[in-house]
Amino acid sequence: MKTEREIGVGDGRTEAELEAGRRSRVLMKGNEAIAEAAIQAGCDAYFGYPITPQAELLEWMARRMLELGRVFVQAESELGAINMALGAAATGARVMVSSSSPGISLMAEAMSYMAGSGTPMVLVNIMRAGPGLGGIGPSQSDYFQATKGHGHGDYRVPVLAPASIGEAMELLASSFEMAERYRTPVMLVADGILGQAMEPVDLRFRTPERHAFDWALTGAAGRPARIIKSIDLDPEVLEKRNLDLQHKYREIARHEVRWEAWQLDDAEFAIVAYGTAARVARTAITRARERGIKVGLFRPITLWPFPERELARLSRRLGGILTVELSSGQMVEDVRLAVEGRCPVAFHGRMGGLVPTPDEVLGALKALSGHHAHTPPPRVRGYEATELFEPDYPAHSGARRGGRR
Amino acid sequence: MTLHTPGSATPATAAARLIYHKPDVLLDRSTHYCPGCGHGIVHRLLAEVLTELDLPAHTIAVAPVGCAVFAYDYLNVDFVEAPHGRAPAVATGIRRVRPEAFVLTYQGDGDLAAIGTAEIVHAAARGERITAIFVNNGIYGMTGGQMAPTTLLGQRTTSSPNGRDAALMGYPIRITEMLAQLPGVAYAARGTVADVPAIGRLKAMIKRACQIQLNSGGFAIVEALSNCPVGWGMTPLQSLEHLKGPVVDAYPLGVIVDRGLGADTHPAAGTACPAPSHPEA
Amino acid sequence: MEHSVVFSGFGGQGLLFTGQALARAAIKDGLEVFWIPSYGPEMRGGTASCTVIVGDSPIGSPVVDRFDAAVVMNLPSLRKFAPRVAGDGLLVMNASLLGDETSGRSDVRELHLACTALAAQGGDDKLVSVVALGALVARLGWVTPESVRAALREMAGHKRLANEDRWRVVEADLGAFAAGLDAGAIDAAT
Repeated sequence: MKTEREIGVGDGRTEAELEAGRRSRVLMKGNEAIAEAAIQAGCDAYFGYPITPQAELLEWMARRMLELGRVFVQAESELGAINMALGAAATGARVMVSSSSPGISLMAEAMSYMAGSGTPMVLVNIMRAGPGLGGIGPSQSDYFQATKGHGHGDYRVPVLAPASIGEAMELLASSFEMAERYRTPVMLVADGILGQAMEPVDLRFRTPERHAFDWALTGAAGRPARIIKSIDLDPEVLEKRNLDLQHKYREIARHEVRWEAWQLDDAEFAIVAYGTAARVARTAITRARERGIKVGLFRPITLWPFPERELARLSRRLGGILTVELSSGQMVEDVRLAVEGRCPVAFHGRMGGLVPTPDEVLGALKALSGHHAHTPPPRVRGYEATELFEPDYPAHSGARRGGRR
Repeated sequence: MTLHTPGSATPATAAARLIYHKPDVLLDRSTHYCPGCGHGIVHRLLAEVLTELDLPAHTIAVAPVGCAVFAYDYLNVDFVEAPHGRAPAVATGIRRVRPEAFVLTYQGDGDLAAIGTAEIVHAAARGERITAIFVNNGIYGMTGGQMAPTTLLGQRTTSSPNGRDAALMGYPIRITEMLAQLPGVAYAARGTVADVPAIGRLKAMIKRACQIQLNSGGFAIVEALSNCPVGWGMTPLQSLEHLKGPVVDAYPLGVIVDRGLGADTHPAAGTACPAPSHPEA
Repeated sequence: MEHSVVFSGFGGQGLLFTGQALARAAIKDGLEVFWIPSYGPEMRGGTASCTVIVGDSPIGSPVVDRFDAAVVMNLPSLRKFAPRVAGDGLLVMNASLLGDETSGRSDVRELHLACTALAAQGGDDKLVSVVALGALVARLGWVTPESVRAALREMAGHKRLANEDRWRVVEADLGAFAAGLDAGAIDAAT
């Protein structure tokens, strides 16, 4: 079994340091912990607009940022907020914006501009159920939006998906580093449960190092004027800009993929799930193992870049994969692309703000393993887009590697 | 420079007096603007004012979407491109993290008075210490001459082919007067590029709007009524006559509010909007 | 090991506060813990609930299908959560509001507490949920009473109160907790 520290989010702290951290834990609400993590990570400016279920993040920032003499602005809209962030980030400031699903839709425009112009920023989406105004319950139905098509144009944004409040705090610091290293917006997505829940967290924190930027707008004193822009009306020049972006995305895909492997060493089946769904899966896996089903968890931590190579390798020795999401089945498309038919891929999800219970997931697991053993699957409550497809070549074993690629 | 005067016994050594030159901050490039367009004049005035106030090295400017999208190709200062209409929000972000910078926005009427209404109103309401240059030519020039919120009643555009009809398309917006109501607005004025005396007065307004920012006065906006010969379907000369006639009639010139230079007047104590004063009168 | 409890009742009965006191106590005892309120429209409708999961390793599912214990402070909560208590689980019931109501289940242990009267003994009859927490701790022992008391002191200290008021609030919280602890222990013995 892998400990949490072996999964690539411990940032090289020693066991003694980690133990000291465990002793100095405090109980914090997810939204507030994420806000405080941003503060500890050196966030210079925060811009926001109230929306449930992330309002506490804005409120925490309102109090703390002003206390610290940093910048907080409650904008007139999510459009206002993200464009303020664009302006502040263009000067080299470390900037964060947060919202929830409908507000994130409004931010798509500026995200595209920031991706195109290479402006770093961290955007937090505490996801709620859609479409439209939807509801305020927890959801992962913004996976497509985050990983495939937020705004217009050929661009990608690294997307980090924590499964606990403590991990959200660690990933937030990484987000700033990634944003600045690659000059790109970075998204952190968590469903409403992680925003509203409380967990013990370690507040002693590592602030990412600051670098001088040779692109930041500071006034053209003693140097040529700088321009931050995404427009290029000459197709040749614009294609070059796009090729540079694609090169950047390949670099990100090469260096930043993160995932967790849990109980996969002897597994015949795997659940692929992220965020809250992965925690439900853990409990379901524990129950399944009590019943003799050898199953483990593959948890993507970066949704883009998706850990496709690792999953592909794993799929060679599995009898089947169950993808669990708080959606109609979005990530499952990436799972199937990675698996390429090497084993059956089933799906179980809930929508509208509902979360599958561990027993529900256990039922879907039994269906998958039962199907594999050619017994009729029991009926499972919830939305299934199972479309179990059997590969016409047998699954075979292969070496498994965990950790950061 | 030494002048050699033919026929004189000694070379004349009196230096020539330079009375007019192009400010360095205005880059030596031909612009993409159409013949007769007023944007070039506004760029020039802005360049002169920035130079006179010694601001180019401290300026961070925000470019809009619209005809002035390439403003950074002509003005040699740090520039960031804003999405359509969002320049005041982008400028707010810059202002808040760079208190020492001189922050400038340059927007057209489609950008500022249609898609960006919320951003301009709230930047003004917050009294953001920025200087907003608002070029109003009553039309969407870059996209081919469609109706703007500022298009005059009866005016034909490619999207109001029979003329702007109030019953269908509403009325022109005097957004600078609307903004002047807000106590966070230290200065709001409207000038025009229609003729040389007016250009002189417009420059004075731009200078005042910049000085107000330097003195922590709050939000300052200068609307420059401009022409669009191509979009209006006129020759440049006709367009200037039209500008001086019906356009100025619909959008009166002058200082709409001036709450003073200093930080002591911000946010302005008096919230009442003074009647427009006309320096021309 | 993982234990789950839901605290449910009317808004104003201190359920979220009490759940947090349990969560803080768990941290002091070196345990892992997860606290989640019912959030959204529910929190404006007069009923309030929160779930606390305590364990000795990182908490798995934040969604609980079978609670090890439920603290129900009014009738809608009894109706909603009694069916979701695990077999042999504990149901702490606020008899001050529920009277003779029962869950109708023979496979759960019901603990009927006159929470209002017990809270009044402690000094403030409003602290009904803290009484229930005392009984829960006495019965199940997931956390130590010392840690709960430390948590209650800490939490009152977070409130914007004058010093003497804060001291009074702490005393009342500790009194209600003690009354619940005694009631739970006596009931367990019988």
